[in-house]
Amino acid sequence: MKIAVCISYVPDTTTKVKIGSDGKSIDPSGVTYIINPYDEFAVEEALRLKEKLGGETVVLSVGKESVKEVIRKTYAMGIEKGILIKSETEMDSFAVARNLVDVLKDINADIILCGKQSIDYDNNQVGSLVAEMLGLPSISVVVGLTVEGNKVKAEREIEGGKEVVESTMPVVICAQRGLNEPRYPNLKGIMQAKSKAIEEKQPTYTENKIETLSMSLPKPKPKGKIVGTDISAVPELVRLLREEAKVI
Amino acid sequence: MGKVLVFVESRDNKIKNSGFEAASTALRIANELGNEIEALLIGSEVLKVAGELGAYGIKKAFIIEDGRLEKYSTTAYSKILSEVSKQNGADIIILSATAMGKDVSPRASAKLDAGLAVDCTDIRAENGNIIATRPVYAGKAFIDVKINSPVKMFSLRPNVFKPAKVNGVNTEVEKLSIDLSDSDFSVQVKEVVVSDEKLDVTEADIVVSGGRGLKGPENYYLVEELAKVLGGAAGASRAIVDAGWRPHSDQVGQTGKTVSPSLYIAVGISGAIQHLAGMSSSKCIVAINKDKDAPIFQVADYGIVGDALEIVPALAEEFKKVLSN
Repeated sequence: MKIAVCISYVPDTTTKVKIGSDGKSIDPSGVTYIINPYDEFAVEEALRLKEKLGGETVVLSVGKESVKEVIRKTYAMGIEKGILIKSETEMDSFAVARNLVDVLKDINADIILCGKQSIDYDNNQVGSLVAEMLGLPSISVVVGLTVEGNKVKAEREIEGGKEVVESTMPVVICAQRGLNEPRYPNLKGIMQAKSKAIEEKQPTYTENKIETLSMSLPKPKPKGKIVGTDISAVPELVRLLREEAKVI
Repeated sequence: MGKVLVFVESRDNKIKNSGFEAASTALRIANELGNEIEALLIGSEVLKVAGELGAYGIKKAFIIEDGRLEKYSTTAYSKILSEVSKQNGADIIILSATAMGKDVSPRASAKLDAGLAVDCTDIRAENGNIIATRPVYAGKAFIDVKINSPVKMFSLRPNVFKPAKVNGVNTEVEKLSIDLSDSDFSVQVKEVVVSDEKLDVTEADIVVSGGRGLKGPENYYLVEELAKVLGGAAGASRAIVDAGWRPHSDQVGQTGKTVSPSLYIAVGISGAIQHLAGMSSSKCIVAINKDKDAPIFQVADYGIVGDALEIVPALAEEFKKVLSN
């Protein structure tokens, strides 16, 4: 079985966003970058599938030289091969997907795994776009996955419940938190990952359909009211919610 | 002159509230642009509900009915959405960013070679263009975007746009047929497992979330009871999800769910930056926390500094009392 995983490189969740000098993106100074958390579930699932069913794993990413850091992290976890489609310019989801597809079409993976969204631009698109462009089925927001012959059965999260979904393979699976618990790389893996080669490719498509005009921070809220410090404040709080905020 | 198509989501052949939100907002955009608008409903028996769109000013609706469409299928639904758009010359497609909307829209956008702005919290026409505002970094920032491809798609965050009833019109319903073969159902929902009729935090108008201040999983029922009294949904902080008290699906915040209810009550949640990102766009925020310096109080409209275990049951009682009057 051939398993491909698409990953991205994003600011850590503890990042306090500051707007950059272009007014359209964040100021990257002082920001720690990590593998997109949802992609880490995708990597873990790829490794588990390989361990269970045999096969080979490859990770792909579109981005700057610095993305190699997280490709090495996936090596340390157990991924065998990494490909970086090197681009210094920002691409929208469509362009990222197109570039991934141009590499994926020659890989012929049985399963392509992605995170359900990246936690920077929260676009929720790349996995489904990749699937559509390759003419493959896709299942998004997946919290459970089993392979049965040439089919997969997955559980995907929907509002207030889950859908049990069946699909033929090859298939694109977009991972959601809850799918698994990603492993920590061991020391040997980390050491080996340092010297392992990463294949570089040039982007084939750079046109963006989405144009960011400006970025802004949420409006600061006026200071709230501390209604009290014990149970005696409860009736007043309820009154305020009904009469002042009018939300009840 | 362009045309707007709004995909109105239904489940079990009932139009979802988010579907009305999308219809209403799409109508406003069409009016701002001076464009025509048509709606699309997909299901096994949606003819009987299509007329409900009249109350929201939708004069024309297309329906696609097929027994195989009773349950959602990524592949079939995205084919229908893109085909109907093409056949009717729609160049602006609006839908809701629900689980279904987020799943169907990228696939349809690829078929239409369209740019897609996801999870918009504001959308408006300016000089013949559509400008959309959408949260990034789970709401730590917002971007204004414009789509430069000929066909443009926008998905709207549920619970943000209010459906506006207008002087009712009659909705003319036209049944279309799209050729669907078995291969269009290569992804098929076999079963929908509803977690005991539970309201999802992303769809609820009131959300009560619990955190570490509850001291143990055995006290989470207090959060659920308060949510129940208020007809809302119960959520959780990442801390108690990581601790295994609650399932991942309850988590509010970055790497969890982003919510914007009318009322958000944070119980024993200190307010880590990841949590604040996911809930600070709520219209009214109440914080109950022992630590007066907890960051949650910086975004709260109202707060009680005290022990959640004492205050939450009293709050539930008080609400019960006033709501029964």
